[in-house]
Amino acid sequence: MSQETKVIEKHDVVIRFSGDSGDGMQLTGQQFSDTAALFGNDVATFPDYPAEIRAPQGTVGGVSGFQVHIGEEHVTTPGDYADVLVAMNPAALKANLRWAKKEGTIILDLDAFTDKHFEKAGYTSNPLEDGSLEGYNVVPVRMTELTVEALKETGLDQKSVVRCKNMFALGMIYWMFEESVEHTEAFFDIKFGKKPNIASANKLALRAGYNYAANVHALAVHFKVSPATIEKGKYRTITGNKATAWGLLAVAEKAGLPLFCGSYPITPATDILHELALRRDLGAKTYQAEDEIGGICTAIGASYAGNFACTTTSGPGLALKSEACGLAVMAELPLVIVDVQRGGPSTGLPTKTEQADLLQALYGRNGESPMPVIAASTSGNCFDYAYIAGKIALEHMTPVVLLTDGFLANGAQPWLIPSMDKLPEIKLRVAKEGDDYHPYSRDPETLARTWALPGTKGLEHRIGGLEKMNITGNISYVPENHQLMVDLREEKVARIANDIPEQEVYGNAEGGDVLIVGWGGTYGHLFSAVKEMRAEGKDISLAHFNYINPLPKNTRDVLSRYKTIIVCELNLGQFAKYLKSKFPEFNYKQVNKVAGLPFTVVELKEKINALLNA
Amino acid sequence: MDEIKYTPKDFKSDQEVRWCPGCGDHGIITAVQKAMAELGYPKESWAVISGIGCSSRFPYYMNTYGFHTIHGRAAAIASGAKNANRNLNILQISGDGDALAIGGNHFIHVLRRNVDITILLFNNEIYGLTKGQYSPTTKLGTKTKTSPYGTIEHPFNPGELCIGAQGKFFARSIDTNVSLTAEVLETAVKHKGASVVEVLQNCVIFADGAHSAVTDKEFKDDRQIILRQGEPMIFGKEKNKGLMLAKNGELKIVEIGKDGITKDDILVHDAHNPNPFIHWMLVNMKAPEFPVALGVIRDVEAHTYDEALDQQIEDVKKMSKIHCMEDLLNSGDTWEVK
Repeated sequence: MSQETKVIEKHDVVIRFSGDSGDGMQLTGQQFSDTAALFGNDVATFPDYPAEIRAPQGTVGGVSGFQVHIGEEHVTTPGDYADVLVAMNPAALKANLRWAKKEGTIILDLDAFTDKHFEKAGYTSNPLEDGSLEGYNVVPVRMTELTVEALKETGLDQKSVVRCKNMFALGMIYWMFEESVEHTEAFFDIKFGKKPNIASANKLALRAGYNYAANVHALAVHFKVSPATIEKGKYRTITGNKATAWGLLAVAEKAGLPLFCGSYPITPATDILHELALRRDLGAKTYQAEDEIGGICTAIGASYAGNFACTTTSGPGLALKSEACGLAVMAELPLVIVDVQRGGPSTGLPTKTEQADLLQALYGRNGESPMPVIAASTSGNCFDYAYIAGKIALEHMTPVVLLTDGFLANGAQPWLIPSMDKLPEIKLRVAKEGDDYHPYSRDPETLARTWALPGTKGLEHRIGGLEKMNITGNISYVPENHQLMVDLREEKVARIANDIPEQEVYGNAEGGDVLIVGWGGTYGHLFSAVKEMRAEGKDISLAHFNYINPLPKNTRDVLSRYKTIIVCELNLGQFAKYLKSKFPEFNYKQVNKVAGLPFTVVELKEKINALLNA
Repeated sequence: MDEIKYTPKDFKSDQEVRWCPGCGDHGIITAVQKAMAELGYPKESWAVISGIGCSSRFPYYMNTYGFHTIHGRAAAIASGAKNANRNLNILQISGDGDALAIGGNHFIHVLRRNVDITILLFNNEIYGLTKGQYSPTTKLGTKTKTSPYGTIEHPFNPGELCIGAQGKFFARSIDTNVSLTAEVLETAVKHKGASVVEVLQNCVIFADGAHSAVTDKEFKDDRQIILRQGEPMIFGKEKNKGLMLAKNGELKIVEIGKDGITKDDILVHDAHNPNPFIHWMLVNMKAPEFPVALGVIRDVEAHTYDEALDQQIEDVKKMSKIHCMEDLLNSGDTWEVK
């Protein structure tokens, strides 16, 4: 087995951990990602796991994966294909081989490559012997046996010992990437502070894997990725869901209002509720309602009573909330509705990513019911757009939909910690005792009405879901008044365009041959594809949208400067349809994918080139 | 709270009341305005929150804060408002359809959580605003527009549902009995926690006489029993009938002075008993076999969701090292890029 170790210096490397959903692959991948980030690499991650918590062991349906992309340059995607694939059993190999680069390294737990496991995974022959892995650098290691051997003195039961094999694998990978095990050791000391024997078993397995890799030279390649040159400052790792939660908390602090989140558990949005529930120390009131409708309705009640209110959900939940969204539109109350999009329709693909809720967010309500829609485009900027969503809601007195997706929500990246001082101020529109208050009189600039909080003397008033008279808010069925109110609500949302930045273009901002148009969570892949194609000499640019409704004021102008417009999105063309309705004078080509997965840079380039050569 | 002198008129808004002439709602709003004046809480502390239905137009007629929301959701919206501002006195207005059909889920969970709001449940056993369909409380066999051959489903008893959902407060009144409605409503508002006041309300258009077996002058003395804390459960024109427990544990009606029964043998009402056993039998008494129980039937103390939430926030704030967003942003694993 002993070979010369060859050290490969690379700008970036992609590694994919895969195993049974009980094998701890998410934790393993996250540890590697955190360690690389601490070392100074730029990092992006992509957890890929099934909806079932523990699908039958050893089957392809139960495989959980975690992909990490580390680089010495700016990393914008978790990478298309893996340089290194760790497969803890045949099912993991079967499910993930398609994501391994040709000539890539595959590290296997040989102990799991048995007839029983082949059968469960649906292999009719041993992939190690039938030539299907030809061309790959296959490294079979008896990980289970070696872990058991290393942990034989711990006195732990067999099951607990075997569970540490993921750390053996991680130890090998740390050696392979010249990373230190210290961060993960410290992690176990904290995580299992009350169970020191479990902590030390995991640490032993980690060291054993590291030493094994160092001693036997089993790994013919050894990667070196230098620290990235990234903006100076203090960093931390953050997922999209955590960033969203923290952005909402930042709104509450900056606005000087308590945060209220009425919500109901739903994948992949629930982590936002988890994060907020931890923050009683910041006065956050989380309310796990009886259902999705209860989630938004408690939030509307809290908004009515003067808190900064939000509700968090995914597509099916947004569908359930739609009537209440309309109430918030009608009552003109500030509210942030976070939709972490997942594969649909119906229950669809709960753990997979998609961008197919766009039209639902824009139009999925009865009546003329305009709502601002904004979309985050990186895990980190979920913080910024959650903040902006809250600022718009409070300043314009409207519900706002913030769209993220499963890819952003679960993905992690190093994140330059923002300073609260630098966040823009939030100016509330709250009436005071003694004001001559009319519930539906408006700011002449923004058309926002004024909030009068119950409990304020002299401002008693009634609002509700029935159409109301302009200014007074009394019930009105007068035809001309309904027309006026519908127009006012529409115009109020349209005027938000005055408060948002103009659309930027990466590439040739002054115009050119091709404009790639995207929105939301596809940013990293679109940016990488456009960057690579520009490096190849193409005249191609990217306009990636975060503000969907209203669109930035210069949108028409931007679109008009390019000969070809290609809208790329993870649905059948919802944003393209929307742009066509707004700017029918342009011709839109489309690249669409609805597979529950992000784009790959490779396929984007292929499809864009195919369209351009057609 | 400072007591302020109010009259019922102070709680009337400038909007024309548009319920049908003869509707039981008129009596209920009179009782509510009376109770609010008597309670003397600052007018601005009241938020009247309703769902959809005839009764849910209520907030527009009140000169308080008011929110007319959507069908079935008043309990959820009221829960959010109370947890946003605990100083508010929140009165939820719902009908039997609003609270028990489309809003059934929110109704049981607000009771289970014990959010400190008062739910005024107008029970007319019919959908009035949509013009006469049966509701979850419509008596079995009743003919309505959606049950032209009579209903075939078992109705809810709101009191039973309330107890089943771990409700701590349940009272019952009748729309025409303004003083009793006002009285139980005052007790309900003062009760710490979620309280339900069911008012047997008559819809003159679509279910006229739905409660007549209980409310008709002819037999109302024998078919109504007004329960008062610590007092024996006595009723009847001659005040000579009472309730006792039979050998099988069920309630039975006895006559005082007959078979050697004295006033001392009669059950004494204890609304504060956490054990719901007797309360459950009381809310289930039906005319004509039994008198229908009115007044405060169950009134038990327990911690409320909103106070527990506040307390938890206070406790965690004391323990935590994170006091502001800057603390949070810089907590845990961070590193410096130089």
